[in-house]
Amino acid sequence: MTELSTLLSGLPGVDRVGADQRAATLATRSIKTTAKAWAIDLAIRMVDLTTLEGADTPGKVRTLCAKARRPEPSDASCPSVAAICVYPSMVPVAAEALKGSKVHLASVATAFPSGQAPLDIRLDDTRAAVAAGADEIDMVINRGAFLSGDVQRVYDEIVAVKEACGKAHLKVILETGELATYDNVRRASWLAMHAGADFIKTSTGKISPAATLPVTMLMLEAVRDFREATGRQVGVKPAGGIRTTKDAMKYLVVVNETAGEDWLDPDWFRFGASSLLNDLLMQRQKLTTGHYSGPDYVTVD
Amino acid sequence: MSDEAKRLAVRKTYKLYVGGKFPRSESGRSYQVTGSDGAVLANASRASRKDVRDAVVAARKAQPGWAGATAYLRGQILYRVAEMLEGRRAQFADEVRTAEGGTRKAAEAAVDAAVDRWVWYAGWADKIPQVLGGGNPVAGPYFNLSSPEPTGVVGVLAPQDSSLLGLVSVIAPAIATGNTTVVVAASERPLPAVTLGEVLATSDLPGGVVNLLTGHVAELAPHLASHADVNGVDLTGVDDDELARSLEVAAAGNLKRVLRRAENDWTAEPGIKRLRAWTEIKTVWHPAAG
Repeated sequence: MTELSTLLSGLPGVDRVGADQRAATLATRSIKTTAKAWAIDLAIRMVDLTTLEGADTPGKVRTLCAKARRPEPSDASCPSVAAICVYPSMVPVAAEALKGSKVHLASVATAFPSGQAPLDIRLDDTRAAVAAGADEIDMVINRGAFLSGDVQRVYDEIVAVKEACGKAHLKVILETGELATYDNVRRASWLAMHAGADFIKTSTGKISPAATLPVTMLMLEAVRDFREATGRQVGVKPAGGIRTTKDAMKYLVVVNETAGEDWLDPDWFRFGASSLLNDLLMQRQKLTTGHYSGPDYVTVD
Repeated sequence: MSDEAKRLAVRKTYKLYVGGKFPRSESGRSYQVTGSDGAVLANASRASRKDVRDAVVAARKAQPGWAGATAYLRGQILYRVAEMLEGRRAQFADEVRTAEGGTRKAAEAAVDAAVDRWVWYAGWADKIPQVLGGGNPVAGPYFNLSSPEPTGVVGVLAPQDSSLLGLVSVIAPAIATGNTTVVVAASERPLPAVTLGEVLATSDLPGGVVNLLTGHVAELAPHLASHADVNGVDLTGVDDDELARSLEVAAAGNLKRVLRRAENDWTAEPGIKRLRAWTEIKTVWHPAAG
């Protein structure tokens, strides 16, 4: 056995019932008034505003970029989001539209969402996205190799992609919905972090289940323990299925209670989402105006 | 006979009707409902601000489907509701009588009038476009067609006095034209409304088209009137002048349509005033051939 597989098989197993219950308990916390206002603004700053559709057009990407810069055009106190997340072919358009702003530009790469393409094609995909202006790369791991036990191959591929990224941040998508067990989630997290991931991300959003609270909690435990072991801090990004402010609050509570306050920052925690932002904005309007808002008062994406 | 245990009646829990389901109030609160003679009848759910919010979400979700259904189908579904109402005639008569007092005969007459009123509005569902809309003559080679479109989500504060006939008279016209509704039932007389919810749930009406809340008007109405995702509000059930005025002000915030309070004789034929109140006229120009 290689050193890597020894390390991964040496990780303690996950108590599934316990993890589910812990996440469910944390999800009952109630966040109100000023804490809620603070959390909403933080969540907006953490959003990776995403559009990953076959039907994406330059026009749609430009619109989304405008929204990323000023999510609430009528209120200057509303922060901009963390990043835009698009397909590689849309990176030049987004780079142009985001010029001069602090919004990051993330691109999915490596034959997203399946990752089932030869390695050199996936590396070229990555290099092209970086060359076009992406400063964050969301890669998918080779689940086929991982599930068949070939962890070394998964590791080597992540290392290769990290190298292809250059200065760009690398987010590694584990696609936890396809990993079958919580033990696998823990192993894949450690594998990705050892291979050099700057962020570990739950899902592509293309398969169900996408991000869940217990899985995110496991990954937060992994980054916490990894920092303790190695001194390097890695970020976490749940993606897919987070649609309401209430959901986002639950995630923030779990971040605070699991990894700690150091991760309550857009540099270390992100939400991969599209419809979440509108709900955050509506809740923000509710807090500012005192009455319930509606979908007529946010943009149609 | 003395050996046999006396049967205990199964007591009914009166709940809300939201999104086709019967939840309790999210607040867990309830309040005592008394009959016209002062005797305690039941505990009804006392809806809260958040129940209003949930009901509006349910109504908004149901809106496109209900507005998109053909007027004929809406009419057929309303007829179906009338059939179910008729089937519960005796139960409604009991409830109306305990709530409003008066004779058995008067209560039965009120129930019959309510069923007839429902049928009357059911008939209007596919006829109102012909009355309110039509082709307009214009000075050019165009077809110019107007048609009434539903306003959207309508908040209805149901009349306090007439617990069934009045309730039916405000709900039916709103949904016949394709709106979905959040209805606050008469505070003191909510039980017929809860039973109406059971009727609606077992007819073919999609969940969320009518959402029934029981509780205090003064507590719930302001949230409904100020809610930006509500397109119209019917103030019929507001007895307090000051409250009515503040509701109108709140409703102006997002330019809601407001149906003001008026003296209503629920037994008289209503005319199409309420049907017209919850429609917007859409006019389309189309080039004529040639």
